[in-house]
Amino acid sequence: MKLREVKEILKADVIVGKESLDMEVKTAFGADLMSDVLAFAKAGSLLLTGLATNQVIRIANVLDIAAIILVRGKKPLAETIDLAKKLQIPILTTKYILFETAGRLYAEGIVGCLEKVEN
Amino acid sequence: MKIKVCATETENSLYKNSFYIEGGNFSDAGTVSTRIKSILKNIGLPNDIVRKSAIICYESEINIVSYARRGKINLTVTPKTVEIEVVDEGPGIPDIELAMQQGYSTANQQIREMGFGAGMGLHNIKSYSDIFNISSEVAKGTFLKMIINTQ
Amino acid sequence: MDIETIVKKLNLKVRSASDRLKNNVTGGYTGDLLSDVMANSHEGDIWITRQVHQNIVAIATLKEHAGIILVNSCEPATDTLEKAVKENVPIMVSNLPAFELTGKIYNLLAEKK
Repeated sequence: MKLREVKEILKADVIVGKESLDMEVKTAFGADLMSDVLAFAKAGSLLLTGLATNQVIRIANVLDIAAIILVRGKKPLAETIDLAKKLQIPILTTKYILFETAGRLYAEGIVGCLEKVEN
Repeated sequence: MKIKVCATETENSLYKNSFYIEGGNFSDAGTVSTRIKSILKNIGLPNDIVRKSAIICYESEINIVSYARRGKINLTVTPKTVEIEVVDEGPGIPDIELAMQQGYSTANQQIREMGFGAGMGLHNIKSYSDIFNISSEVAKGTFLKMIINTQ
Repeated sequence: MDIETIVKKLNLKVRSASDRLKNNVTGGYTGDLLSDVMANSHEGDIWITRQVHQNIVAIATLKEHAGIILVNSCEPATDTLEKAVKENVPIMVSNLPAFELTGKIYNLLAEKK
């Protein structure tokens, strides 16, 4: 699915990366805990989170995340937006909560970036 | 887990540099890792190696910012490895075994609300490294050495 | 839909309050930031999280959640489990990451409507 479709499904606004809307995405990871993102999220996935900090951008850069989807209508500060522009990481923001965001994307065919975690 | 003392000077390193990190500065945390990532990419290392190294640096950087007064990351790239040393001046870790356990954390509420402090950091660092070594002295600091094989 | 249906369909492991599986699930909330869950979740939600800290039980009780599902095979901490047993809050464990689990529960709840 193209990032453009993700934007439509989530009625999202594009904060950074209008030029990246034709990017293909297949998988996603959702979390508010950055350590979990670092442990499990895979390159090329969407990152769904309620945190809009510089750290989310840095982590997306470290992991080669395709795009960040901010939930609950979160908007980053200007400084964070500048960082995302510099590191070329698309950011979309949706008013939906994480449950609804993940649910809608999953229903439309986006899958988790890993199948399961066994301890 | 112990590693042999490596005489890095005798190996022909492709790149060697130190990066300094200030404790408590959350808005800049991760800057060093972003730089290291782009350096490793420019050297031409494979993406998964670059990513692993960047994750290790990032978790280490967050640890320094969260707990230490200051610290540094020494990065050495040799033809066969990426070596990452993390040295900090801080409270140290009284019980390393406990600190290595998943879920154990001494993070305060501020750190937790930023999405860190779930007791995963050291564990993540170890799981992304091929060789992992940690030592610490209470009231002095903590020393980490990680090696990622590139071949 | 009750918790028991979700437990069976998604192969969850029940860790506490197995006598409360008839609790009705009216919605879901996925999140790991306690202040966010406290502010924005609703009564009857099934809460999906990877937080294992004992504060999750207090939040689930105060917000009258149907139950808590821990993702990524995370087990509740010992004091969390003790508290959940005492407060009779169902805690379940899934080996799925939050995205997948949320997707599946979202679909189950949507079918039902």
